[in-house]
Amino acid sequence: MNSTFQNNTKKKRIAPRAPPIGSTGAIGWLRQNLFSNIFNSLLTLICIYGLILIIPAGIDWVFLSSQFTGDNRFACQNTGACWAWIDQRTGQFLFGFYPEQERWRPFLAFLLLIPALAPWLFDRVPAQKYLRIFSVVYPVIATILLVGGFGLPNVASDKFGGFMLNLIVGLSGIVLSLPVGVLLALGRRSRLPLVKWVCIGFIEIVRGVPLITLLFVSNILLPIFLPPDATLDSVVRVIIMVTAFASAYMAEVIRGGLQAIPSGQYEAAKAMGLNYFQSMRLVILPQALRISIPGIVNTFIGLFKDTTLVIVIGLFDILGIANAMVANPDWLGLSTETYVFVASFFFVICFSMSRYSMWLERRLGTKGSTGWSS
Amino acid sequence: MVIMNNPNFAEDRQKGLIEISGLNKWFGSFHVLRDITLSVTRGEKIVICGPSGSGKSTLIRCINYLEEHQEGQIVVDGIELKGDLKNIEAVRKEVGMVFQSFNLFPHLSVLENCTLAPIWVRNTPKADAENLAMQLLEKVKIPEQANKYPGQLSGGQQQRVAIARSLCMKPKIMLFDEPTSALDPEMIKEVLDVMVDLAESGMTMLVVTHEMGFASQVADKVVFMDEGQIIESNTPTEFFEKPQSERTKLFLSQILSH
Ligand SMILES: Nc1ncnc2c1ncn2[C@@H]1O[C@H](COP(=O)(O)OP(=O)(O)OP(=O)(O)O)[C@@H](O)[C@H]1O
Ligand SMILES: [Mg+2]
Repeated sequence: MNSTFQNNTKKKRIAPRAPPIGSTGAIGWLRQNLFSNIFNSLLTLICIYGLILIIPAGIDWVFLSSQFTGDNRFACQNTGACWAWIDQRTGQFLFGFYPEQERWRPFLAFLLLIPALAPWLFDRVPAQKYLRIFSVVYPVIATILLVGGFGLPNVASDKFGGFMLNLIVGLSGIVLSLPVGVLLALGRRSRLPLVKWVCIGFIEIVRGVPLITLLFVSNILLPIFLPPDATLDSVVRVIIMVTAFASAYMAEVIRGGLQAIPSGQYEAAKAMGLNYFQSMRLVILPQALRISIPGIVNTFIGLFKDTTLVIVIGLFDILGIANAMVANPDWLGLSTETYVFVASFFFVICFSMSRYSMWLERRLGTKGSTGWSS
Repeated sequence: MVIMNNPNFAEDRQKGLIEISGLNKWFGSFHVLRDITLSVTRGEKIVICGPSGSGKSTLIRCINYLEEHQEGQIVVDGIELKGDLKNIEAVRKEVGMVFQSFNLFPHLSVLENCTLAPIWVRNTPKADAENLAMQLLEKVKIPEQANKYPGQLSGGQQQRVAIARSLCMKPKIMLFDEPTSALDPEMIKEVLDVMVDLAESGMTMLVVTHEMGFASQVADKVVFMDEGQIIESNTPTEFFEKPQSERTKLFLSQILSH
């Protein structure tokens, strides 16, 4: 034993060799991930067969055998999809009944959204500081653009519709529900009984009722909290209800994150003299939010899709417009095309959120935080 | 033991930095600290030892109000610890604490861990806080790790960062709760060395530890606790060579046998 060991140490150092063929590279990857054993190989083959069935047929239906021109559905005599209506109807799908000559306004508001969001979503955005200031005033700018004022003609909010309405409600809900959710989560863990019970009551009641019910009763419920003769715009009403609903879920997601933080973190923060708000803001929440990212984004995605429920209080979001179009005699029977079109909008947004959250997790994961000590 | 029973003496002499008298604490119905009276003068080093569950951690956690006591008085640097949040935060500014499990903030770099409290609690300008942090990281012999994250360091390095982090607040008192018991043997020494240096610099220290070598090297006084009471309190030489009570003897025989 001893002598072999000594032999080894005396020997020349072993130079690194390349790994055996087939354990790395494309072949290695295939072998490891798709054909590691009989069962996996079988699954792989079944999946490949399924994809062969679906993908070419799908491409054929959407692009190859489809038709893009015509005045009504009778113009479409082909076997694939009938996209002839897109030309006429896209404006409505995007903007609802927003006056056509004013549609540049929501479009501009949408473009300005990019510089308003970028400095919060990404590090090292050029002029980050100024863009952050811009994003604070962005809601005001966007509201003026959408509603009117400062020389822009007013557009009543019942003209809002289409995907623009989904975006307005969805984004407002997302931006508002995170801070409200954080406050509710902290409140629920508060040692002050009043704060605690109010938060628990809010969370449990709002979470225990379908959103659709909340939207139905919003015109009865919300005026209770308002001065007697104030009226509430229906879009604002929807934003409040959607935010309240998502906040209740958000609060529970964040509470889960808070509970995962070891008590030692709270104690260390306290022992250093940080007060409650400082220890939450600087020590606890950054860690709790980080581990809650999957749940938070999950809630965002759910919220965004729930914006289609505005239909129940008479607003026409993109799904509402689609329903109207499917019922239109000119385009009767095109429901598959219409709903595929609508679904693709939601998919793009929701899938982007999902990818963003995965990217964010990976980036934060590389920045320290390999867990808590012992 | 410092003479506490003579009121004239207590008034005359410079008051202790920590004055604990008649301290009682319960967890539910469990009487965890019983009539603790202890005085710590400026610069004094006290080692607290005793069997598991005897209330050592609870006692030192009362000193910065991580635990609330029900009876008795704790005065730290002239401030009485009661329910008043202002007082508690004032005391915590002056009292550093090092935990068994380090409790570094994993989302902040070593340097940020060190500058957090000075910046937010003491309103120190960032550059000054960073300067001080680098000096102290040098004292604990890991300035080169300043920009790493805690998860990238060994246990011994983490504990030294934790010590530096506490020192950044320029505390008057340092509390240690078994700072080396979560460490592998080869890392214990690097942490103890730092603590010995700190003791030699004149810091007032209360250390819960079973490192008896450390106790005899730096302690002015060894306090032995059992079942929530202070059983014995003496200079290290007296304590190790002439333990008074049976329980102390038993404890020492167990701890020194390995
Ligand atoms: N938060 C708590 N609630 C209820 N009981 C507690 C709590 N913390 C500690 N105790 C109990 O109080 C007693 C003293 O605990 P403490 O942690 O002070 O002991 P210790 O002397 O530090 O022991 P060790 O050497 O194991 O750290 C133990 O019996 C423990 O179970
Ligand atoms: Mg303990």
